[in-house]
Amino acid sequence: MAASPNRISGFWASLVMVTSLYLFFLLAMLVATASYSTPGDLWKTLNSPEIRYSIGLSLATCTTTALLSLLVAVPIGYLLSRANFRGKELVDSLIDIPIVLPPMVMGLCLLIFFQSPLGRFLEQGITFTYTVAGVVLAQFVIGSAFAIRTMRGTFDHLSARPEEVAMTLGCTRGQAVWLVTLPAARRGMFAAASVAWARSLGEFGPILVFAGATRMKTEVLPTTVWLELSVGNLEASVAVSILMVLMALVVLVAIRLAGERV
Amino acid sequence: MIRLENIAWSAGQFKLENLSLTVPKNCYAVLMGKTGSGKTSLVEILCGLRLLTAGKVWIGEDDVTYALPGERGIGYVPQDGALFPTMTVREQLAFAPRLQKRPLKEIEALVKRLADELGIAGLLDRLPQKLSGGERQRVALGRALAAKPKVLLLDEPLSALDEEMRDEVAQLLKRVRREHGLTALHITHSKQEALQLADVVFRLENGQVSETTLDSLN
Repeated sequence: MAASPNRISGFWASLVMVTSLYLFFLLAMLVATASYSTPGDLWKTLNSPEIRYSIGLSLATCTTTALLSLLVAVPIGYLLSRANFRGKELVDSLIDIPIVLPPMVMGLCLLIFFQSPLGRFLEQGITFTYTVAGVVLAQFVIGSAFAIRTMRGTFDHLSARPEEVAMTLGCTRGQAVWLVTLPAARRGMFAAASVAWARSLGEFGPILVFAGATRMKTEVLPTTVWLELSVGNLEASVAVSILMVLMALVVLVAIRLAGERV
Repeated sequence: MIRLENIAWSAGQFKLENLSLTVPKNCYAVLMGKTGSGKTSLVEILCGLRLLTAGKVWIGEDDVTYALPGERGIGYVPQDGALFPTMTVREQLAFAPRLQKRPLKEIEALVKRLADELGIAGLLDRLPQKLSGGERQRVALGRALAAKPKVLLLDEPLSALDEEMRDEVAQLLKRVRREHGLTALHITHSKQEALQLADVVFRLENGQVSETTLDSLN
Protein backbone atom coordinates (compact mmCIF):
# COMPACT_ATOMS: atom_id res chain seq x y z
CA MET A 1 0.00 0.00 0.00
CA ALA A 2 1.37 3.40 -0.98
CA ALA A 3 2.04 5.83 1.84
CA SER A 4 -0.35 8.77 1.85
CA PRO A 5 1.03 12.33 1.79
CA ASN A 6 -0.55 12.90 5.24
CA ARG A 7 1.44 10.08 6.78
CA ILE A 8 4.70 11.52 5.42
CA SER A 9 3.96 15.02 6.64
CA GLY A 10 2.98 13.61 10.04
CA PHE A 11 6.35 11.87 10.21
CA TRP A 12 8.26 15.03 9.36
CA ALA A 13 6.08 17.15 11.64
CA SER A 14 6.95 14.91 14.59
CA LEU A 15 10.68 15.28 13.83
CA VAL A 16 10.33 19.05 13.56
CA MET A 17 8.44 19.11 16.87
CA VAL A 18 11.17 17.17 18.71
CA THR A 19 13.87 19.42 17.21
CA SER A 20 11.93 22.57 18.09
CA LEU A 21 11.36 21.49 21.69
CA TYR A 22 15.02 20.64 22.08
CA LEU A 23 16.17 23.97 20.61
CA PHE A 24 13.59 25.86 22.68
CA PHE A 25 14.94 24.27 25.85
CA LEU A 26 18.55 25.17 24.94
CA LEU A 27 17.69 28.75 23.96
CA ALA A 28 15.44 29.25 27.01
CA MET A 29 18.36 28.33 29.27
CA LEU A 30 20.70 30.72 27.48
CA VAL A 31 18.18 33.58 27.39
CA ALA A 32 17.36 33.10 31.08
CA THR A 33 21.08 33.19 31.94
CA ALA A 34 21.71 36.24 29.75
CA SER A 35 18.75 38.16 31.19
CA TYR A 36 19.99 37.54 34.73
CA SER A 37 22.82 39.99 34.19
CA THR A 38 22.90 43.57 32.89
CA PRO A 39 25.58 44.88 30.47
CA GLY A 40 26.85 47.09 33.34
CA ASP A 41 27.29 44.12 35.69
CA LEU A 42 28.90 42.17 32.90
CA TRP A 43 31.40 44.97 32.17
CA LYS A 44 32.19 45.49 35.84
CA THR A 45 32.77 41.78 36.44
CA LEU A 46 34.90 41.28 33.36
CA ASN A 47 37.08 44.23 34.39
CA SER A 48 38.09 42.78 37.72
CA PRO A 49 41.80 41.79 37.79
CA GLU A 50 41.08 38.20 38.90
CA ILE A 51 38.62 37.57 36.11
CA ARG A 52 40.81 39.27 33.52
CA TYR A 53 43.64 36.98 34.64
CA SER A 54 41.33 33.99 34.35
CA ILE A 55 40.24 35.04 30.83
CA GLY A 56 43.86 35.50 29.77
CA LEU A 57 44.93 32.17 31.27
CA SER A 58 42.00 30.37 29.65
CA LEU A 59 42.81 31.82 26.22
CA ALA A 60 46.52 31.02 26.57
CA THR A 61 46.11 27.48 27.90
CA CYS A 62 43.31 26.56 25.46
CA THR A 63 45.39 27.77 22.50
CA THR A 64 48.49 25.92 23.73
CA THR A 65 46.41 22.78 24.28
CA ALA A 66 44.85 23.05 20.82
CA LEU A 67 48.27 23.26 19.17
CA LEU A 68 49.71 20.42 21.27
CA SER A 69 46.62 18.30 20.56
CA LEU A 70 47.10 18.84 16.84
CA LEU A 71 50.72 17.72 17.13
CA VAL A 72 49.63 14.31 18.40
CA ALA A 73 46.27 14.11 16.61
CA VAL A 74 47.73 14.33 13.09
CA PRO A 75 50.17 11.40 13.36
CA ILE A 76 47.88 9.22 15.49
CA GLY A 77 44.82 9.98 13.32
CA TYR A 78 46.85 9.15 10.21
CA LEU A 79 48.15 5.89 11.70
CA LEU A 80 44.67 4.73 12.73
CA SER A 81 43.19 5.70 9.41
CA ARG A 82 45.80 4.36 6.99
CA ALA A 83 47.63 1.50 8.72
CA ASN A 84 46.39 -1.97 9.51
CA PHE A 85 48.20 -3.63 12.35
CA ARG A 86 47.65 -6.20 15.06
CA GLY A 87 45.93 -4.66 18.06
CA LYS A 88 44.60 -1.67 16.12
CA GLU A 89 41.14 -2.00 17.67
CA LEU A 90 42.65 -2.07 21.13
CA VAL A 91 44.70 1.08 20.41
CA ASP A 92 41.58 2.69 18.98
CA SER A 93 39.63 1.91 22.16
CA LEU A 94 42.44 3.04 24.49
CA ILE A 95 42.55 6.41 22.75
CA ASP A 96 38.88 6.88 23.65
CA ILE A 97 39.52 6.44 27.38
CA PRO A 98 39.71 10.20 28.11
CA ILE A 99 36.41 10.66 26.27
CA VAL A 100 34.48 8.06 28.24
CA LEU A 101 36.10 8.44 31.66
CA PRO A 102 34.47 10.94 34.06
CA PRO A 103 36.63 14.12 33.86
CA MET A 104 37.14 14.23 37.62
CA VAL A 105 38.57 10.68 37.50
CA MET A 106 40.96 11.81 34.78
CA GLY A 107 42.21 14.54 37.09
CA LEU A 108 42.64 12.06 39.91
CA CYS A 109 44.58 9.71 37.57
CA LEU A 110 46.90 12.60 36.67
CA LEU A 111 47.43 13.49 40.31
CA ILE A 112 48.25 9.89 41.25
CA PHE A 113 50.50 9.42 38.18
CA PHE A 114 52.64 12.38 39.26
CA GLN A 115 53.07 10.78 42.70
CA SER A 116 54.56 7.68 41.03
CA PRO A 117 58.35 7.33 40.44
CA LEU A 118 57.94 8.11 36.71
CA GLY A 119 55.75 11.11 37.45
CA ARG A 120 58.19 12.43 40.07
CA PHE A 121 61.04 11.98 37.58
CA LEU A 122 59.12 13.96 34.93
CA GLU A 123 58.43 16.72 37.43
CA GLN A 124 62.15 17.24 37.87
CA GLY A 125 61.95 18.89 34.41
CA ILE A 126 58.58 20.67 34.56
CA THR A 127 56.34 20.87 37.60
CA PHE A 128 52.78 20.03 36.59
CA THR A 129 50.90 19.53 39.86
CA TYR A 130 49.08 22.73 40.87
CA THR A 131 50.75 24.84 38.16
CA VAL A 132 49.76 26.40 34.82
CA ALA A 133 51.58 23.53 33.06
CA GLY A 134 49.19 21.24 34.94
CA VAL A 135 46.21 23.20 33.60
CA VAL A 136 47.49 22.63 30.05
CA LEU A 137 48.17 18.94 30.71
CA ALA A 138 44.70 18.39 32.21
CA GLN A 139 43.12 20.10 29.19
CA PHE A 140 45.40 18.24 26.77
CA VAL A 141 44.56 14.77 28.08
CA ILE A 142 40.90 15.24 27.15
CA GLY A 143 41.14 17.73 24.27
CA SER A 144 43.66 15.60 22.35
CA ALA A 145 41.37 12.56 22.41
CA PHE A 146 38.68 14.60 20.63
CA ALA A 147 41.24 16.03 18.19
CA ILE A 148 42.48 12.51 17.34
CA ARG A 149 38.90 11.40 16.58
CA THR A 150 38.43 14.40 14.28
CA MET A 151 41.74 13.86 12.46
CA ARG A 152 41.05 10.17 12.00
CA GLY A 153 37.68 11.02 10.45
CA THR A 154 39.39 13.55 8.20
CA PHE A 155 41.97 11.05 6.93
CA ASP A 156 39.26 8.38 6.51
CA HIS A 157 37.46 10.74 4.14
CA LEU A 158 40.59 11.51 2.12
CA SER A 159 41.47 8.95 -0.54
CA ALA A 160 44.93 7.42 -0.12
CA ARG A 161 45.28 7.24 -3.89
CA PRO A 162 46.74 10.74 -4.53
CA GLU A 163 49.34 10.02 -1.87
CA GLU A 164 50.25 6.76 -3.59
CA VAL A 165 50.48 8.52 -6.96
CA ALA A 166 52.81 11.08 -5.37
CA MET A 167 55.02 8.19 -4.23
CA THR A 168 55.22 6.82 -7.77
CA LEU A 169 56.31 10.32 -8.87
CA GLY A 170 59.30 10.28 -6.53
CA CYS A 171 58.03 11.21 -3.05
CA THR A 172 58.83 9.27 0.08
CA ARG A 173 55.76 8.43 2.18
CA GLY A 174 56.56 11.37 4.46
CA GLN A 175 56.89 13.79 1.55
CA ALA A 176 53.64 12.53 0.04
CA VAL A 177 51.81 13.13 3.31
CA TRP A 178 53.41 16.57 3.74
CA LEU A 179 52.92 17.78 0.16
CA VAL A 180 49.62 16.13 -0.78
CA THR A 181 47.64 14.84 2.21
CA LEU A 182 48.16 17.52 4.85
CA PRO A 183 47.22 20.44 2.57
CA ALA A 184 44.05 18.51 1.69
CA ALA A 185 43.40 17.90 5.41
CA ARG A 186 43.75 21.55 6.45
CA ARG A 187 40.06 22.03 7.19
CA GLY A 188 40.05 18.88 9.30
CA MET A 189 43.14 20.13 11.14
CA PHE A 190 41.40 23.42 11.85
CA ALA A 191 38.31 21.56 13.05
CA ALA A 192 40.43 19.27 15.27
CA ALA A 193 42.24 22.23 16.85
CA SER A 194 38.92 24.03 17.36
CA VAL A 195 37.32 20.99 19.00
CA ALA A 196 40.32 20.64 21.33
CA TRP A 197 40.18 24.37 22.09
CA ALA A 198 36.45 24.30 22.84
CA ARG A 199 36.73 21.18 25.01
CA SER A 200 39.60 22.77 26.93
CA LEU A 201 37.64 25.96 27.51
CA GLY A 202 34.92 24.01 29.33
CA GLU A 203 37.26 21.68 31.24
CA PHE A 204 36.73 21.92 34.97
CA GLY A 205 36.98 18.64 36.91
CA PRO A 206 40.51 17.53 35.99
CA ILE A 207 41.87 21.07 36.38
CA LEU A 208 40.31 21.44 39.82
CA VAL A 209 41.74 18.11 41.01
CA PHE A 210 45.14 18.27 39.33
CA ALA A 211 45.99 21.98 39.01
CA GLY A 212 43.85 23.42 41.79
CA ALA A 213 41.78 26.61 41.80
CA THR A 214 44.23 29.20 43.08
CA ARG A 215 43.26 32.80 42.25
CA MET A 216 45.65 34.60 39.92
CA LYS A 217 47.58 31.35 39.46
CA THR A 218 45.69 28.36 38.06
CA GLU A 219 42.24 29.91 37.80
CA VAL A 220 40.59 29.44 34.41
CA LEU A 221 37.06 30.48 33.41
CA PRO A 222 35.18 27.36 34.57
CA THR A 223 37.06 27.59 37.86
CA THR A 224 35.97 31.24 38.16
CA VAL A 225 32.31 30.27 37.73
CA TRP A 226 32.69 27.71 40.48
CA LEU A 227 34.68 30.01 42.82
CA GLU A 228 32.23 32.92 42.39
CA LEU A 229 29.26 30.61 42.86
CA SER A 230 30.77 29.12 46.01
CA VAL A 231 30.97 32.57 47.64
CA GLY A 232 27.44 33.50 46.54
CA ASN A 233 28.48 36.01 43.84
CA LEU A 234 25.89 34.88 41.30
CA GLU A 235 26.25 38.03 39.11
CA ALA A 236 29.95 37.37 38.51
CA SER A 237 29.48 33.68 37.77
CA VAL A 238 26.64 34.53 35.35
CA ALA A 239 28.80 37.18 33.62
CA VAL A 240 31.65 34.69 33.15
CA SER A 241 29.20 32.04 31.97
CA ILE A 242 27.84 34.44 29.33
CA LEU A 243 31.38 35.15 28.17
CA MET A 244 32.04 31.40 27.88
CA VAL A 245 28.83 30.88 25.91
CA LEU A 246 29.90 33.63 23.50
CA MET A 247 33.38 32.12 23.11
CA ALA A 248 31.90 28.67 22.52
CA LEU A 249 29.54 30.13 19.88
CA VAL A 250 32.47 31.77 18.06
CA VAL A 251 34.32 28.45 17.98
CA LEU A 252 31.22 26.54 16.83
CA VAL A 253 30.62 29.01 14.01
CA ALA A 254 34.30 28.81 13.03
CA ILE A 255 34.10 25.01 12.89
CA ARG A 256 30.90 25.14 10.82
CA LEU A 257 32.43 27.67 8.43
CA ALA A 258 35.62 25.67 8.05
CA GLY A 259 33.51 22.55 7.73
CA GLU A 260 34.91 19.07 7.69
CA ARG A 261 34.64 18.90 3.92
CA VAL A 262 38.00 17.59 2.88
CA MET B 1 59.39 -3.84 -21.10
CA ILE B 2 57.36 -4.92 -18.08
CA ARG B 3 58.01 -8.35 -16.59
CA LEU B 4 56.55 -10.13 -13.60
CA GLU B 5 58.30 -13.40 -12.75
CA ASN B 6 56.46 -15.97 -10.65
CA ILE B 7 55.17 -13.40 -8.24
CA ALA B 8 53.11 -14.18 -5.15
CA TRP B 9 51.03 -11.76 -3.14
CA SER B 10 48.10 -12.13 -0.78
CA ALA B 11 45.68 -9.95 1.15
CA GLY B 12 43.32 -11.82 3.47
CA GLN B 13 41.66 -14.59 1.46
CA PHE B 14 42.76 -13.15 -1.89
CA LYS B 15 45.94 -14.59 -3.43
CA LEU B 16 48.02 -14.21 -6.55
CA GLU B 17 50.42 -17.14 -6.83
CA ASN B 18 53.19 -17.98 -9.27
CA LEU B 19 51.94 -15.31 -11.68
CA SER B 20 54.07 -14.27 -14.65
CA LEU B 21 53.53 -11.62 -17.31
CA THR B 22 55.73 -10.01 -19.97
CA VAL B 23 54.80 -6.89 -21.91
CA PRO B 24 57.34 -6.30 -24.72
CA LYS B 25 59.02 -2.91 -25.15
CA ASN B 26 56.95 -0.21 -26.91
CA CYS B 27 53.87 -2.38 -26.74
CA TYR B 28 50.38 -1.28 -25.66
CA ALA B 29 49.11 -4.18 -23.57
CA VAL B 30 45.61 -4.44 -22.22
CA LEU B 31 44.92 -6.57 -19.15
CA MET B 32 41.32 -7.70 -18.80
CA GLY B 33 39.58 -9.48 -15.98
CA LYS B 34 36.43 -9.50 -13.94
CA THR B 35 35.87 -7.17 -11.00
CA GLY B 36 37.77 -8.56 -8.02
CA SER B 37 40.13 -10.65 -10.16
CA GLY B 38 43.15 -8.68 -8.88
CA LYS B 39 43.83 -6.33 -11.80
CA THR B 40 44.29 -3.25 -9.61
CA SER B 41 46.44 -5.22 -7.13
CA LEU B 42 48.66 -6.25 -10.03
CA VAL B 43 49.16 -2.62 -11.04
CA GLU B 44 49.84 -1.66 -7.42
CA ILE B 45 52.47 -4.43 -7.26
CA LEU B 46 54.11 -2.99 -10.37
CA CYS B 47 54.00 0.45 -8.77
CA GLY B 48 55.68 -0.87 -5.63
CA LEU B 49 52.69 -0.03 -3.48
CA ARG B 50 52.14 -3.67 -2.44
CA LEU B 51 54.94 -5.87 -1.18
CA LEU B 52 55.48 -9.24 -2.84
CA THR B 53 55.98 -12.43 -0.89
CA ALA B 54 57.83 -14.04 -3.81
CA GLY B 55 58.96 -13.38 -7.37
CA LYS B 56 60.59 -10.55 -9.26
CA VAL B 57 59.44 -7.39 -11.01
CA TRP B 58 61.33 -5.94 -13.97
CA ILE B 59 60.80 -2.54 -15.56
CA GLY B 60 62.93 -2.18 -18.69
CA GLU B 61 66.25 -3.86 -17.93
CA ASP B 62 66.06 -3.14 -14.19
CA ASP B 63 65.05 -5.50 -11.42
CA VAL B 64 62.80 -3.20 -9.36
CA THR B 65 61.42 -5.82 -6.98
CA TYR B 66 62.72 -3.97 -3.95
CA ALA B 67 62.83 -0.46 -5.45
CA LEU B 68 60.69 2.33 -4.00
CA PRO B 69 57.70 3.41 -6.11
CA GLY B 70 59.45 6.61 -7.20
CA GLU B 71 62.57 4.75 -8.32
CA ARG B 72 60.82 2.41 -10.76
CA GLY B 73 60.41 4.70 -13.76
CA ILE B 74 56.67 4.27 -13.94
CA GLY B 75 53.86 6.66 -14.80
CA TYR B 76 50.71 5.67 -12.92
CA VAL B 77 47.25 6.88 -13.94
CA PRO B 78 44.54 5.54 -11.59
CA GLN B 79 40.86 5.18 -12.39
CA ASP B 80 39.67 8.57 -11.17
CA GLY B 81 42.91 10.38 -11.95
CA ALA B 82 43.61 10.83 -8.22
CA LEU B 83 44.66 14.43 -8.77
CA PHE B 84 46.14 16.28 -5.80
CA PRO B 85 43.12 18.13 -4.38
CA THR B 86 44.80 21.41 -3.44
CA MET B 87 47.08 21.85 -6.49
CA THR B 88 46.34 23.61 -9.74
CA VAL B 89 46.84 21.80 -13.03
CA ARG B 90 50.15 23.65 -13.47
CA GLU B 91 51.35 22.46 -10.04
CA GLN B 92 50.27 18.87 -10.79
CA LEU B 93 52.27 18.85 -14.03
CA ALA B 94 55.29 20.40 -12.34
CA PHE B 95 55.12 18.05 -9.33
CA ALA B 96 57.52 15.31 -10.49
CA PRO B 97 60.03 17.63 -12.25
CA ARG B 98 60.22 19.72 -9.05
CA LEU B 99 60.95 16.61 -6.99
CA GLN B 100 63.63 15.74 -9.53
CA LYS B 101 65.05 19.26 -8.93
CA ARG B 102 65.07 20.16 -12.61
CA PRO B 103 65.81 23.81 -13.44
CA LEU B 104 62.80 26.13 -13.22
CA LYS B 105 62.96 27.14 -16.89
CA GLU B 106 63.04 23.52 -17.95
CA ILE B 107 60.01 22.78 -15.73
CA GLU B 108 58.06 25.70 -17.19
CA ALA B 109 58.86 24.58 -20.74
CA LEU B 110 57.90 20.99 -19.96
CA VAL B 111 54.59 22.03 -18.39
CA LYS B 112 53.76 24.17 -21.43
CA ARG B 113 54.70 21.43 -23.89
CA LEU B 114 52.64 18.78 -22.06
CA ALA B 115 49.69 21.12 -21.63
CA ASP B 116 49.71 21.87 -25.38
CA GLU B 117 50.12 18.22 -26.27
CA LEU B 118 47.25 17.09 -24.04
CA GLY B 119 44.92 20.01 -24.86
CA ILE B 120 44.85 21.40 -21.32
CA ALA B 121 46.72 24.67 -21.88
CA GLY B 122 43.65 26.68 -20.94
CA LEU B 123 43.21 24.85 -17.64
CA LEU B 124 46.61 25.41 -16.04
CA ASP B 125 45.35 27.60 -13.20
CA ARG B 126 42.33 25.47 -12.35
CA LEU B 127 41.92 23.20 -9.34
CA PRO B 128 40.81 19.56 -9.88
CA GLN B 129 37.29 20.30 -8.60
CA LYS B 130 36.75 22.58 -11.60
CA LEU B 131 37.68 19.93 -14.18
CA SER B 132 35.48 17.49 -16.11
CA GLY B 133 36.18 13.74 -16.05
CA GLY B 134 38.04 13.85 -19.38
CA GLU B 135 40.09 16.86 -18.31
CA ARG B 136 41.04 15.15 -15.07
CA GLN B 137 42.33 12.11 -16.95
CA ARG B 138 44.35 14.33 -19.29
CA VAL B 139 45.92 16.09 -16.32
CA ALA B 140 46.65 12.75 -14.61
CA LEU B 141 48.30 11.53 -17.80
CA GLY B 142 50.33 14.74 -18.11
CA ARG B 143 51.41 14.52 -14.48
CA ALA B 144 52.64 10.95 -15.07
CA LEU B 145 54.43 11.88 -18.33
CA ALA B 146 56.20 14.81 -16.67
CA ALA B 147 58.18 12.30 -14.57
CA LYS B 148 59.62 10.91 -17.88
CA PRO B 149 58.63 7.31 -17.12
CA LYS B 150 59.70 4.20 -19.02
CA VAL B 151 56.29 2.57 -18.71
CA LEU B 152 52.71 3.77 -18.30
CA LEU B 153 50.38 1.92 -15.94
CA LEU B 154 46.77 2.85 -16.61
CA ASP B 155 44.17 1.50 -14.19
CA GLU B 156 40.76 1.73 -15.88
CA PRO B 157 41.51 5.27 -17.06
CA LEU B 158 38.40 5.49 -19.24
CA SER B 159 35.80 3.79 -17.07
CA ALA B 160 34.46 6.98 -15.48
CA LEU B 161 34.06 8.82 -18.81
CA ASP B 162 31.05 9.13 -21.09
CA GLU B 163 31.20 7.41 -24.49
CA GLU B 164 32.29 10.43 -26.53
CA MET B 165 34.99 11.42 -24.06
CA ARG B 166 36.12 7.80 -23.78
CA ASP B 167 36.87 7.67 -27.53
CA GLU B 168 38.71 10.98 -27.38
CA VAL B 169 40.90 10.01 -24.41
CA ALA B 170 41.53 6.55 -25.90
CA GLN B 171 42.89 8.14 -29.08
CA LEU B 172 45.01 10.45 -26.95
CA LEU B 173 46.45 7.52 -24.95
CA LYS B 174 47.34 5.71 -28.16
CA ARG B 175 49.04 8.77 -29.64
CA VAL B 176 50.91 9.69 -26.43
CA ARG B 177 52.15 6.11 -25.97
CA ARG B 178 53.48 6.08 -29.52
CA GLU B 179 55.02 9.57 -29.49
CA HIS B 180 56.74 9.10 -26.11
CA GLY B 181 57.95 5.62 -27.06
CA LEU B 182 56.50 4.06 -23.90
CA THR B 183 55.44 0.58 -22.92
CA ALA B 184 51.89 0.66 -21.55
CA LEU B 185 49.81 -1.67 -19.46
CA HIS B 186 46.14 -0.69 -19.51
CA ILE B 187 43.69 -2.34 -17.12
CA THR B 188 40.07 -2.60 -18.18
CA HIS B 189 37.09 -4.90 -18.32
CA SER B 190 35.87 -3.30 -21.56
CA LYS B 191 36.32 -5.37 -24.74
CA GLN B 192 35.79 -2.21 -26.77
CA GLU B 193 38.80 -0.53 -25.13
CA ALA B 194 40.92 -3.61 -25.74
CA LEU B 195 39.95 -3.73 -29.42
CA GLN B 196 40.58 -0.01 -29.80
CA LEU B 197 43.96 0.18 -28.05
CA ALA B 198 45.67 -3.16 -27.61
CA ASP B 199 48.70 -4.54 -29.39
CA VAL B 200 48.45 -7.49 -27.07
CA VAL B 201 45.68 -8.60 -24.67
CA PHE B 202 46.07 -10.49 -21.42
CA ARG B 203 43.37 -11.98 -19.26
CA LEU B 204 43.60 -12.32 -15.48
CA GLU B 205 41.54 -15.22 -14.23
CA ASN B 206 41.78 -17.36 -11.09
CA GLY B 207 45.03 -15.65 -10.11
CA GLN B 208 46.76 -16.43 -13.43
CA VAL B 209 47.51 -14.29 -16.49
CA SER B 210 47.15 -15.70 -19.99
CA GLU B 211 47.62 -14.04 -23.37
CA THR B 212 44.55 -13.93 -25.55
CA THR B 213 43.94 -12.86 -29.13
CA LEU B 214 42.05 -9.81 -30.28
CA ASP B 215 39.92 -12.08 -32.47
CA SER B 216 38.68 -13.97 -29.44
CA LEU B 217 37.25 -10.72 -28.06
CA ASN B 218 34.91 -10.21 -31.03
